Amino acid sequence: MNGARTLATAARVLRQLSHDPRSIALMIVAPSLLVGLFAWLFSDQTGVFDQFGGAILALFPFIVMFLITSITTLRERRSGTLERLMTTPIAKADFIVGYALAFGLMAIVQAVITVTFAVWVCGLDVEGPLWQLGLVAVVDALLGTALGLLASAFARTEFQAVQFMPVLVFPQIILGGLFMPRDQMPDVLYAISDWLPLSYAIDTINAVTAGDEGWDVWRPLLIVVAFAVGALVLASLTLRRRTP
Amino acid sequence: MNKSSDAAVEVRGLRVRRGSTEVFAGLDLDIPRGQVTGLLGPSGCGKTTLIRSIVGVQKVAGGSVTVLGAPAGSRELRDRVAYDTQSASVYSDLTILQNLRYFARLIGAPRSDIDRVIEQVGLGAQKNQTVDSLSGGQESRVSLAVAMLGAPELIVLDEPTVGLDPVLRAELWEMFRALADAGATLLVSSHVMDEALRCDRLVLLRAGRIIADTSPERLLSETGTTDPDAAFLALIERDVASADPPPRSRREAREEDGS
Repeated sequence: MNGARTLATAARVLRQLSHDPRSIALMIVAPSLLVGLFAWLFSDQTGVFDQFGGAILALFPFIVMFLITSITTLRERRSGTLERLMTTPIAKADFIVGYALAFGLMAIVQAVITVTFAVWVCGLDVEGPLWQLGLVAVVDALLGTALGLLASAFARTEFQAVQFMPVLVFPQIILGGLFMPRDQMPDVLYAISDWLPLSYAIDTINAVTAGDEGWDVWRPLLIVVAFAVGALVLASLTLRRRTP
Repeated sequence: MNKSSDAAVEVRGLRVRRGSTEVFAGLDLDIPRGQVTGLLGPSGCGKTTLIRSIVGVQKVAGGSVTVLGAPAGSRELRDRVAYDTQSASVYSDLTILQNLRYFARLIGAPRSDIDRVIEQVGLGAQKNQTVDSLSGGQESRVSLAVAMLGAPELIVLDEPTVGLDPVLRAELWEMFRALADAGATLLVSSHVMDEALRCDRLVLLRAGRIIADTSPERLLSETGTTDPDAAFLALIERDVASADPPPRSRREAREEDGS
């Protein structure tokens, strides 16, 4: 790995984004709009938004980043630029980490805006410190980026990449504890949910909004980080210099 | 630089399969240093596959490709070999300058190179335009400019002059000549036969085999023709006549066996 090449790649990805203001607007505004819609939906039922609002905060950055990353990297694979990069001194890790850095930075901006909106505009009640909520949102967005990078290796077209959403993302949302507390699920589904990273993301959010401290917050968060790192490592292994 | 061998590229017994078709079944080729070698042949003959094998992005089934004394695609070659893919491989949503800056940083080329290559491909006036606002010919010149960054010892260009007007093609070939005169080795594929006369050496590929490895003068004299188009047609006809008859298609087989 080489710091200069990693940073050059991250800067290049951000520069590409800067030529696409509509995508930036969607990335930054869409999660807030959805959180707002959710808050409005439950505006007459006190306590419901406080119960689910946090988990929603974990979901949207994850989904948005998954989609954006898988399609952007797929475009790079298909346009021939990846093939050209593979003949230059750039290491596979430079490429993957460069992407993760660029989208991680976008995730931070997105998290700050979404958390601010959820708390100040929608009145989300959070017992724990706000920065922790922001941190979880960033880590979730990074997880989305990491899984998106991995998914793009298995998609040949943009159409396939989008189809990975229902396969990789929806089961995690259904089993993650948003619709039903995980410990009330059938045993088999509970066991499966133990292996899904989003379950831990939602656990972390719930711990922060409930005002838990210490290990209750950090243990699930570290598990999410571990999943994200694992997905990034797998993604860089699926990058091939030689292709058929 | 490895002085033990005169050839910039040595291909020995190269076998490549793509899908269910065998593109090369044992190909041998030497490409000399410091010259412009033209790789010519009808489309689908294996030009791009050979080029991809030389720059080390093609999965090969057997044989060896040695480039500048090292196995193709090995780490030490990555800033010594430059490659331009057939379709422009640059970022269409970045400006010309931003594209070149990124690739220059990757290969560690000095910043002064960026202005030089922009001038070489004649895009100085457009350097702050995004690539997707350019014409197809301009886009492929941006892609070519990337391959000129740094001081590559081997420059591999896959159909760099496709879709360009004759004036620009002539300018680019003068630039290729200048690069070779400065010591670089160039491998340039093309299916425009009149470009063949600008090469030092010609390799004609047909159906995954080399049917001629010659110089422009010898090509014309051996085929008794005056223009390269006619020369290549003569060579291909000669090759078709000497090769085994092509395998019957299923339909032909059915019709013949049934009658």
